[in-house]
Amino acid sequence: MNGGRGAGRGPAFAKPKEKNSVVLLKLWHYLAKYRWIIIFAAVLSILGNALGLLSPRLSGAAINAIENNAGVQFPIVIRYVILMVVVAAASSLIGWGLSAIMIRLSRNVVSKMRKDLFDHLTTLPISFFDTHQTGDVLSILSYDVDTVGATLSTDLTQIISSLVTVVGSFIMMVSIAPELLLVFVVTIPCSIAITRWRAKIVRPLFSKRSRMLGAMNGYSEEAVSGLKTIRAYHQEQEFNDRFKTHNDNAVHATWHADHTAAVTGPTVNLINNLSLAAVSVFGALLYMGGKILLGDVSSFVLYSRKFSGPINEFANILAEIQSSLAAAERVLGLLALTPEPADAPDAKSIADCRGHIEFRDVSFGYEEDNTVLHHINFTAAPGKVMAIVGETGCGKTTMINLLMRFYDVTAGQILLDGADIRSLKREELRRQFTMVLQDTWLFDGTVFENIAYGRDGVTREDVEAAAKAAHIHDMILSLPNGYDTIVTGSGNSISKGQKQLLTIARAMLISSPMLILDEATSNVDTQTEKRIQDAMLQLMQGRTCFIIAHRLSTITGADCILVMDKGRIVESGTHQELLQKKGTYFELYHAQFDRPQDAA
Amino acid sequence: MRTIARYIKPFFGRISVQMLIKIAGTVIELFLPAMLSVIIDDYAKQPGGEKGVWLMGGAMVLFAFLAWLGNCIANRMSTNVTREITRNLRRDLFHRITALSAAQQDRLTDASLISRLTSDTYNVHNMIDRMQRLGVRAPMLLIGGIIVSLVMEPVLTLVLIATLPLLAVTVIWSSKTGVPLFTWVQEGQDKMVRKVQENMAGARVIRALSRTGWEQDAFGEVNSELAARQRKADLTMAKVSPITSFILNASLAFVVLVGAYRVHMGVIGPGKIISFLSFVTIILNALLMVTRIFVMYSKGSASAKRIEEVLLQTEDLQRDELAAAEEKNHIVFNHVSFSYNKKYNNVSDLSFAVGHGQTLGVIGPTGSGKSTLLSLLMRQYDVDEGEIYLSGKPIRSLTKEELHSRLGVVFQYDFLMADTIRENIRFGREIEESAMLDAVDCAQAAFIHEKEGGMEFPLNVKGRNLSGGQQQRVLIARALAGDLRILLLDDCSSALDFRTDRELRHALRERHGLATTVIVAQRVSAVMAADLILVMDKGRIIGKGTHEELMDTCPMYRELCQLQLGGEAV
Repeated sequence: MNGGRGAGRGPAFAKPKEKNSVVLLKLWHYLAKYRWIIIFAAVLSILGNALGLLSPRLSGAAINAIENNAGVQFPIVIRYVILMVVVAAASSLIGWGLSAIMIRLSRNVVSKMRKDLFDHLTTLPISFFDTHQTGDVLSILSYDVDTVGATLSTDLTQIISSLVTVVGSFIMMVSIAPELLLVFVVTIPCSIAITRWRAKIVRPLFSKRSRMLGAMNGYSEEAVSGLKTIRAYHQEQEFNDRFKTHNDNAVHATWHADHTAAVTGPTVNLINNLSLAAVSVFGALLYMGGKILLGDVSSFVLYSRKFSGPINEFANILAEIQSSLAAAERVLGLLALTPEPADAPDAKSIADCRGHIEFRDVSFGYEEDNTVLHHINFTAAPGKVMAIVGETGCGKTTMINLLMRFYDVTAGQILLDGADIRSLKREELRRQFTMVLQDTWLFDGTVFENIAYGRDGVTREDVEAAAKAAHIHDMILSLPNGYDTIVTGSGNSISKGQKQLLTIARAMLISSPMLILDEATSNVDTQTEKRIQDAMLQLMQGRTCFIIAHRLSTITGADCILVMDKGRIVESGTHQELLQKKGTYFELYHAQFDRPQDAA
Repeated sequence: MRTIARYIKPFFGRISVQMLIKIAGTVIELFLPAMLSVIIDDYAKQPGGEKGVWLMGGAMVLFAFLAWLGNCIANRMSTNVTREITRNLRRDLFHRITALSAAQQDRLTDASLISRLTSDTYNVHNMIDRMQRLGVRAPMLLIGGIIVSLVMEPVLTLVLIATLPLLAVTVIWSSKTGVPLFTWVQEGQDKMVRKVQENMAGARVIRALSRTGWEQDAFGEVNSELAARQRKADLTMAKVSPITSFILNASLAFVVLVGAYRVHMGVIGPGKIISFLSFVTIILNALLMVTRIFVMYSKGSASAKRIEEVLLQTEDLQRDELAAAEEKNHIVFNHVSFSYNKKYNNVSDLSFAVGHGQTLGVIGPTGSGKSTLLSLLMRQYDVDEGEIYLSGKPIRSLTKEELHSRLGVVFQYDFLMADTIRENIRFGREIEESAMLDAVDCAQAAFIHEKEGGMEFPLNVKGRNLSGGQQQRVLIARALAGDLRILLLDDCSSALDFRTDRELRHALRERHGLATTVIVAQRVSAVMAADLILVMDKGRIIGKGTHEELMDTCPMYRELCQLQLGGEAV
C-alpha cells in the first residue's frame, strides 16, 4: 500500500525557519489595535490580584476581633465578614469581566484572521486550487486559527498577571536579602536556558503536528468526497487502511509533540524546587553565620514561593504557546503565498469592449519544460462564433484558461480590442466574459440564488424567464419548494444535465460582450439541447463566442472552426470549407455517424 | 458519551497507574516545605547544626528529583493513553463513515462528516488529555481537603458542605447549557467547512463571474456567525468560574461568622479558624479546577455526541435472506419504483431483463432517471417498491462483497485522487500490471504513456492536471481493470471526442464482450448496438427493444436518431 504517498499534493504551508520574534511581530499586527483593551485587561488583572491579597487580611482582621481579650467583638466581626463578601463579589466580577474582555478580543482576532485567510484565498492563482487539498486548507482555517485564539484568550492574561507577581516578588526579595538572590542568579538563567532549549526541541514537533493534522484532514476531505465510488468498488477496507496511515502519522506527531513537551513543566518545577532547597540551606547557613535574621529567611522563602508559582504556571502554558506559534506559522504561511500578480500600476480599464480577440503567436506550458500550446495564431472579430475542436487533451481548455487569465501566456500575446490582456485590469477583463463550463458548479443555496448568482439585483421574473429559456422551469416547479428549494452539493434528485441547464440559465442573466461555452451541454440530452437552441442562439447573439463541443452538430454554424491537435491549430475555416478539405475535421465529423455494426 | 467511554475503558488500568504516580509525585512535592521548616526551625537554631542542614538540603534535592521523575512519567503515560484512544476513535469513525449508506451520507452531509472526522475528534482528544492531567489533582485535593476539615472541625465544614448543592447547580447548569452551545458551535463550523469547500471547488467559476467580492461577503457572514457562536459559548462558560469562586469566598465569610459564634460559646479556639481557613483555600482552588474540568467536558462531550451519532448509525441497507429463483437473465428489474425524498417518485415501475454478457443501453432526457437506475442497481439506495435481481438473487440478499467485487463502474464526474495514475486505476484492488495496461489500452488512454513517468504520473487534486476527456479515460481504465462481470458506464464519454468514443466502444465489445454492460448515454451512437435499449422519460420506461424495434415503435427514439445521426442512420 502506498497510502502515504504525497503525489500531486501541494507544498506544506508552514515555513519552520521563521523565528519566534518574527511570528510574534506578525501576530502583533492583529493585536495592535486592541492594545488599549489589553492594557485595560492588564490593569483589571492587577486589580483582581490585589483583591485576592486583600481577602486574607480581612479574614485576619476578623479573627483578631474574635480573639479579643474582651470576648468576641461581633459588630467588628460582622463588618469584616460583610467586607469579605463584598470583596469576593468584586473579585468575581472582575474575574468575569476580564475573561469576557479577553474572549471578545480573541474571538475578534480569530474571526479577522479567518476572514483574512479566506479573502487571501480568493486572490490566489487558480493553480493553488489544483494542487492543494481542501481539507488541509480547512485545517488551517479551523484548527490552527482556533489554537492561536485559545492562547490569546487564556494564556495572554495569565502571562500578564504572572509578570506582575514575578516583578513584585522580585522587588520584595531584593529588599529583604540581596545575598540570597545569588541563588537565583544561578537558577533563573538555568530556568530560562532550559525553557529555551525545550522550546527549540518542541517547536518543530508542534509544526509537524499541525502539518500532519492538515494532511490527515486533506485525506479525510478527499475520501469523503469519493465515498460513492469507494462504495461502488467495495474498497472500504482499502481506504480504511490508507486512512490508518494518515491517522497514525497525525496521532504520532501529536503524541511526539505532547510527549516531549510533557517534560518541560516538571523540569522548570524541578529547578524551582532545587532553588528552594538552595535557599533553605544557604539561608540557614547565613543565619547561623549571623548575617541575617530568621524572620527574613522565612519571608524570603515565602516570596520565593510566590515568585516561582507564576514561573511554574508559565512553564505549563509554554507548551500551549509553542503549539500556538506553530499554528500561527501555518496561518501566516498561507497568508504569505503570492497572490495572482497584481495589475500593473498603469493597467487600463476596459471601456466599451467590442470583443475583438486576437491570439498572436501564443505558446504556453503549465510547467516550464512542457509546452502544451504552440504558436497559436487566430483572430476573432466581434460577434463571431469561434468553435474549437480536437481530441481530448489537445489544449482546448488551456486556451480558455489563457483567455480568462487563469494563467498567463509563456510567449506571444493575447489582444482584446488591440490591447494586450496583461495590460488590462484582470477583474474587468473577466467581467467581459460569460462562461459556462462542463463541470457545473452550484453552491449550497436555493435554485433562485444559484441562477441569480452572476448578477446583482436580479428579480424573480428575470430568473424565471431565464429558466424558461433554458427549459428547466418545469423541472424547478416540480421540486418540493420550487425556486426556493435548496440545491445541495451531493445526493439529491437534480441530475447532472439539469445542473448544466441551471448554469446555462445563470449565464443568460449576464450580459457581457464575450461568451465561453466549454462543453456546456455535454450532459444534456439532444432533444433538450435542440429545444434550448433558440435560447442559446439568443445568448450568443451579438457576442464573440468561443465554443468547445464534441457534438459537432452544435458547432456547424460557427463562423470559424479551429481544429487542434497536440497543442497546434492544424486546420481552420467554416464547416463547409473544412469538410471539403477532407482532413482531420472531416474524419472527426464522420466518426459520429459511424454505425457500430459496420465497424465491428 | 457512553460510546466514548467504551474507548477509554480498556486503558483504565494504565490511567490508574498514571494517576497513582502523579499522586505520589504531588505528595512528594508537598514534603518539600515540611523539610524546609525542619531546616529553618530545628537545625538552624541548634549550634553545630550545619551537618543537619546539608543533610536535609540533600534530601530536598533528592525529593525534588523524585517529584520530577514521577511527574514526567505520569505526563508521558497520559500522552500515550490519549494517543491510543484518539487513534482508535478516529479509525473507527472513518470506518463507520465508509460504511454509511448513500442515504445516510446525504442526510449527514459531507461537510459535517469532514468536520466530525477532524475538528470533533480533536476536541475529544483535548478533553481526554486535559482530564487526565487535571483530573487527578483536583479531586484528590478536594476530597482530601474535605476529609481533613471534617476531622478538624465538623460544624464549620458543614457550612462549607451546605454550599455544595449551590455548586452542583452551577456545574450542572454549565454542562446542560454548555453541551448544546458547543454543538451549535460545531454546526457553525460545518457551515464554514461547506463554504470553503464550495469556494475551492468553484474557484474558476467564481472568478469568471467576478463574484469574488460577493463570496468574501458570504464567507464573512458565515465566519461572523461562527465567531458569534463561539463567543457566546465561551462567554457562558466563562461565568462558571467566577460564580463558583464567589460562592466559595462568601461561604468563607460565613465560616468566619459561624466560627465567631462557636468561639463565643467557647466550643473552639480562634486558632482553629485560622488553620481551617487555610484548608478552605485548598478546597476552593480544587473546586475551581473541577469547574474547569466541567467546561472542558461540555466542549468535549458536544463533539463526542456528534461522533457518536455517526458511530451509532445502523446498517440501513440490511441483508435479507431471500430465496433465489431460477433465472437465466443476469440483471432483472421487476416493477421497481424509488423516490429520493419519498414525496414523488424519481423512477416508477421499471421492469426489464438483461442476459449474461449482453449490453443494455439507457437513453432519455436529462432528469429522466437514468443515473437513478444505476444507483439502484448498485444498491446505493434501496428501492421503495419492486425488486432487483442479479442472477436470480434479489440484491437485498447479497453481501456487499458479492454485489460490488466484480463490478466496474464510471459515474458522471467521478472521483480522482491526488495520487499516481496507477493508484487511481488500481483503486486499492489486487490487479496485475498487465491487466492494468490492457485496461489503459482499451480505455483509449494511451496518452498516459506520454506523461512524464507514465503510470507514475502524479495527479493533482481531483485530477485537475488532466483534461476532461483524459480524466474520463482514466476512470474508464479503472472500471475495466478489474475482473469484470458487470460494467456500468454513466454518460462516461461525454467529454470524449467522437473518434475516441468510437474506438472505445469497439475495444469494449472486443475485450469485454463477456461482461454484462449497462451504458447510460446521451448519444444514440453509444447505445444503438446494445442488445436492449431503454428509452426513459420522467422516470418511466417509454420504449424498450433493439435499435430496429425502437425505430418502429418509439417516436421519441426515432426523433433522437434523426436529430443526432441525420438521415443516413434511419
